Amino acid sequence: MIFGRSERGKPPVEPVTLKILVAGGFGVGKTTLVGAVSEIRPLRTEELLTEAGRPVDDTSGVEGKHTTTVAMDFGRITLREDLVLYLFGTPGQERFWFMWDELSEGALGAVVLADTRRLEDSFAAVDYFERRSIPFLVGVNCFEGAPRYPVEDVRQALDLDDGVPLMMCDARDRESVKEALIGVVQHAMAYAADRRQTVTT
Amino acid sequence: MSADGQGRRHWFDDEAGPVVRPYAMTRGRTSSQGQHRLDLIAVVVTEPHADDPEADHMLAPEHVDIVELCRDAPQSVAELAAELDLPIGVVRVLVGDLVDAEFVHVNRPVPPAELPDESILRDVINGLRAL
Repeated sequence: MIFGRSERGKPPVEPVTLKILVAGGFGVGKTTLVGAVSEIRPLRTEELLTEAGRPVDDTSGVEGKHTTTVAMDFGRITLREDLVLYLFGTPGQERFWFMWDELSEGALGAVVLADTRRLEDSFAAVDYFERRSIPFLVGVNCFEGAPRYPVEDVRQALDLDDGVPLMMCDARDRESVKEALIGVVQHAMAYAADRRQTVTT
Repeated sequence: MSADGQGRRHWFDDEAGPVVRPYAMTRGRTSSQGQHRLDLIAVVVTEPHADDPEADHMLAPEHVDIVELCRDAPQSVAELAAELDLPIGVVRVLVGDLVDAEFVHVNRPVPPAELPDESILRDVINGLRAL
């Protein structure tokens, strides 16, 4: 079923598990990104936005989106029998932020997805990871019809530190998402190396 | 939630989901004793000697499900919650019971503040490239 079945009598492999978070504003494509690389259909608890949710869930600019992730959303990538990577989409709405601390504990790093039509929606996530020193990368999700801006402009608009990688990506495209995830891990490695150096010197 | 709620408005909205009932399985407990809170990606592994959990009358059907699910393929807390369609908090309590009764053990992920070593990160990068 999962993680490779044990053969007769052999104890099952107990994998090392890691997690990467996928954050960003409401409707920015977090669930899509997770679904693009996950080997399981992402577990999601989505509900149709009801009348009751309308004043809270601002969909201006993303009117095409009808559902939102209200709880948690995750996918799995088995890299090796003994090495499994989980992707967790963070709850998009601020009223579910209490889950962030729990999700970010022990996370390898994060992808903050941004939409150039609503960049300000990503500020909160950028801020969150900056303050907790969690290595992250910004992926600008290239929506059809959304204006394209030079990388430098987006970087400036988000007020990103020089060390934070920023890349254009397509949350629907597996290769593009793979690149973004590799970017996060590389950044996390560099970050860890930096930190080690600061400790030893 | 002792009152029957007559004429009162619920304090939670529909999105909160079934708030009360799942915790009946844990007999009202929201955490298990002496247990550090299990991470979502902590992996639950059934002990080889736990071959007949149903014979243990202390266990609820949900406990038995967890033992069976994790026998051949260890599963993360998040996956168990998804598979059993239970809130994470309930799964944590149930797994805690099973650890106490030595039906399962839990492999915790790399502790926070200690990044996994470089060789693992390199393996992750190579694994992603090979997807």
